[in-house]
Amino acid sequence: MRRRAALGYGAAALGAMGLTLFVGWWRVDGPGAPEPPGRLPLKLTEMDFRLTDHEGQRVGPETLVRRPTMVFFGFTFCPDVCPTTLSDISGWLDALGKDTAQMNVIFITVDPERDTVEAMAEYVSYFHPAIRGWTGAQDQIARAAEGFRATYERVPIDGGDYTMNHTASVFLFDAAGGFVSMIDYHEPREFAVPKIRRALEEGTEGAT
Amino acid sequence: MNKLTIPLLATLTALALTSGVALAGSKDVVVENAWARASIGGNRPGAAYMTIHNTGDEAVMLTGLATPLSMMSEIHETTTNSDGVSSMAPASKITIAPDKRVELAPGGLHVMLMGLQGPMTEGDSFPLALSFSDGGKITVVVPILGIAARGPEG
Ligand SMILES: [Cu+2]
Repeated sequence: MRRRAALGYGAAALGAMGLTLFVGWWRVDGPGAPEPPGRLPLKLTEMDFRLTDHEGQRVGPETLVRRPTMVFFGFTFCPDVCPTTLSDISGWLDALGKDTAQMNVIFITVDPERDTVEAMAEYVSYFHPAIRGWTGAQDQIARAAEGFRATYERVPIDGGDYTMNHTASVFLFDAAGGFVSMIDYHEPREFAVPKIRRALEEGTEGAT
Repeated sequence: MNKLTIPLLATLTALALTSGVALAGSKDVVVENAWARASIGGNRPGAAYMTIHNTGDEAVMLTGLATPLSMMSEIHETTTNSDGVSSMAPASKITIAPDKRVELAPGGLHVMLMGLQGPMTEGDSFPLALSFSDGGKITVVVPILGIAARGPEG
């Protein structure tokens, strides 16, 4: 009898411990875990930055709401990743055809020191006509990157020049400005195109 | 380890040492599908891509690159980490094993052309000399494709 009681207490103690562990897991690693800070982009409506597009117009996150949106970061002195990304995006837009007519496609520079409005205008002219280039003051670029949870860093290279490390993923938002998903650098077209379609469809719902 | 595998290991080690020491055979290197992307003006760096195929039976090491088009050319490697951040840095020495190819392609290895002597114009081409550890040199003519090109076919 005593032994059984002891066992009972033991089981209860174990149970309590288990529950504590479970609650701990739920909150830290499980579905109850908060989004790790800085992982997912904010809603476009929660962002705040002022930039200039390649036609010299003042733009900001509010310019993008009411239409589905694709945003990516780069710089025009980038020899490898950026032209490849712009070219991939041009290919996706061609594959989607007129479905993307209502979509914002924005290339934000992380190197405003060299990427003037004119430089952006010339650069985007070589790719799909839907692609728009945004530049601006360093602090505004920093605020934009922060909103998208993108990072960038200036790195010196031989000969006194510099290059930029930067987030190479493409961010997708619906027409209400909510984050939908991300396309990783070099993600094959058969994955990228359906993700864009999802942003377009959620966009239609969000718009009504 | 049994007695039979020891001679085999010794042979393999000897082979590895030989091929490691005697890097030779650039005459057996074939450069395939070379192409470059047009530049905007002449003050941005350019990039060229190709497949370097070692058809011989000895490893070769690429030691240098030169072209009248740029002041300096180096092999660079682009890497993208798990956070999706891309970065680019000079690659370590490239050794091409016998009967193997090393591919220089967007998002991986590229020839970085720094200090362009003029713009790279679509439709033009330029010579690029590759030097190897045995003193051999191969010069390839690299066609310049459009800025939006993604591969040797455009
Ligand atoms: Cu490079």
